[in-house]
Amino acid sequence: MTAVPNLASALSRSRLLNGAAEWFLQYFLKPIGQILLFAVIAGSSISLLALAVGFVLQTDWHGIDILRVPARINLFEQVVRQLPNMLLDGITIGFVYAVIALGYTMVYGVLKFINFAHSEIFMMGAVVGYEVMIRLRDGQLLSELPPLVVIILMIGAAMLVCGAAAVVVERVAYKPLRGAPRLVPLISAIGVSFFLTDFVRAFQALNRNIFNMPYPTDLVPFFGARINIAEGLSTTNTTLIIIISAIIMLVGLNYFVNATKIGKAIRAVSQDQATASLMGINVNLMITITFMVGGALGGAAGVLYGLKTTNVTPYIGFIPGLKAFTAAVLGGIGNITGAVLGGLLLGMLEAFFSALLPYFPALGLGYSDIFAFAVLILVLLFRPTGLLGKKVDEKV
Amino acid sequence: MTLLKLENVHTYYGHIHALKGISLEVNKGEVVTLIGANGAGKSTTLRSISGLARPRSGKIIFDGTLLNNLPPHKITRMGIGHVPEGRRIFPELTVRENLEMGAFTVPRRELAERMEYAFMLFPRIKERLNQLGGTLSGGEQQMLAMARGLVLNPRILLLDEPSMGLAPVLVDQVFEAIERLHAQGTTILLVEQNARMALQVADRGYVLQSGQIVMADTAKALQNSEVVRKAYLGEE
Repeated sequence: MTAVPNLASALSRSRLLNGAAEWFLQYFLKPIGQILLFAVIAGSSISLLALAVGFVLQTDWHGIDILRVPARINLFEQVVRQLPNMLLDGITIGFVYAVIALGYTMVYGVLKFINFAHSEIFMMGAVVGYEVMIRLRDGQLLSELPPLVVIILMIGAAMLVCGAAAVVVERVAYKPLRGAPRLVPLISAIGVSFFLTDFVRAFQALNRNIFNMPYPTDLVPFFGARINIAEGLSTTNTTLIIIISAIIMLVGLNYFVNATKIGKAIRAVSQDQATASLMGINVNLMITITFMVGGALGGAAGVLYGLKTTNVTPYIGFIPGLKAFTAAVLGGIGNITGAVLGGLLLGMLEAFFSALLPYFPALGLGYSDIFAFAVLILVLLFRPTGLLGKKVDEKV
Repeated sequence: MTLLKLENVHTYYGHIHALKGISLEVNKGEVVTLIGANGAGKSTTLRSISGLARPRSGKIIFDGTLLNNLPPHKITRMGIGHVPEGRRIFPELTVRENLEMGAFTVPRRELAERMEYAFMLFPRIKERLNQLGGTLSGGEQQMLAMARGLVLNPRILLLDEPSMGLAPVLVDQVFEAIERLHAQGTTILLVEQNARMALQVADRGYVLQSGQIVMADTAKALQNSEVVRKAYLGEE
């Protein structure tokens, strides 16, 4: 008769294993699969667009070649040649936009309010990353520590500082305005945005008497080391770090929002605040946590952006912030999955135009922003709810 | 033993004087119903108790504690479960998640037991656990709303129009559930437009008219009262 309890224990153990497998599938494989699917969707649709534009405009342009020498160029050939690099570039910047966009979309979800100061929280993340790097350098640690530790320290510090900063901003500038007409907190957010920019500028002026904060990435050879992916397609470790960190954060956020009690409560609050409070959920606390998480993600994105561009100033927040907001609107504001898709699409679109514009002497890279914001206008005109957004129900 | 007591409660919505001095009592184990026409202040009374509306004056006392200035989540934590009008299911959460939110204040180890209790009363819910709340039918949503109010093991359950918009067969099911809860000793304050059904399950009742209580008696006496029969039970 001893076989029976053995069987029972084996059964319960296998159920436990099944549970773990299911958990792994649900909160790890599924979101990663979804992110990859989005990357493929964004990549293939933008590739098609790029090839179509290249094909239409292919004949005999009085353009300039890569060495900026006037030449007759065939745009189609150029597009085909540059496509792989373009896609890689697009994915990298797209993930950065996606991580920033999550901050906009989560706050919009719970408060129906666009936190325009989020771009400055993102900028502060880049500045914190700079501070960590400089302090490590001054302590002779930057080239001693493993690069991975350096990254974790930078991102960790930025997440802490920016999460806290976002909570303070909410307490000081938004919470007292709860219940005011919707325009009022929006103006307050713009005020906070200007304040934070100048605060960081003044702080760094007093602290280091500098304005530009270039990341000393050249002191860590690992960051700049190139990896060959395929013939004619190589990338740096930094790019891989950005992509991997962003995926980790997206998966982590997905777990937080869908699997934890607090995350579910935040979703409940975003759907119906009054009813959520009847469940015993402290609505104000959930709003605070939302700002904290959004701010932490924004800060981490700031570090990733700083690693990519290596030059940080107090003014870098505005444009990427606005693009991430565009990404959030493109995906459907308030929708977390949509923010990821929107970020990737926008990143790819931008990479495509950045690759294309240099061939036109009258134009230049500076114009690549036009397209991102043209997307914002088109989405607002033709599909204000975004790609994955649903029709907003009238609340009874 | 008086569990919940309202003393001369006045509540305003902006400039509208919704409750004009409501006083009522609910004893432990009782089912008490508030009946009255649309806009009489029935829902506002429940919202004042659970903290969604702030009374301007008067006292709301639950088990010796003054509730007037507590936020809704703290009132819920004291054991007051409010099933709001129109069900207010979280449409983008699954049925299971809706129930978990109802049990937000319940310790994790008690969660399974509380859920089983809710399934016992509303077996239909169990078949729908992984479906989104917004995809349920009206009747299922009402069952879920009541289950969500019950998983927190409330010391008093405030039910706001549980039969609203339901087919007659579902109305019967809802009132059956209320009767079962009553038999198990759950204290209930029931707001209903369906006065006939409400007075059948209740011990006592109050009649509200434009923010004031105009009658208070046992449910049986109210059922037999001339005024109630004409005004609320639709009898000649």
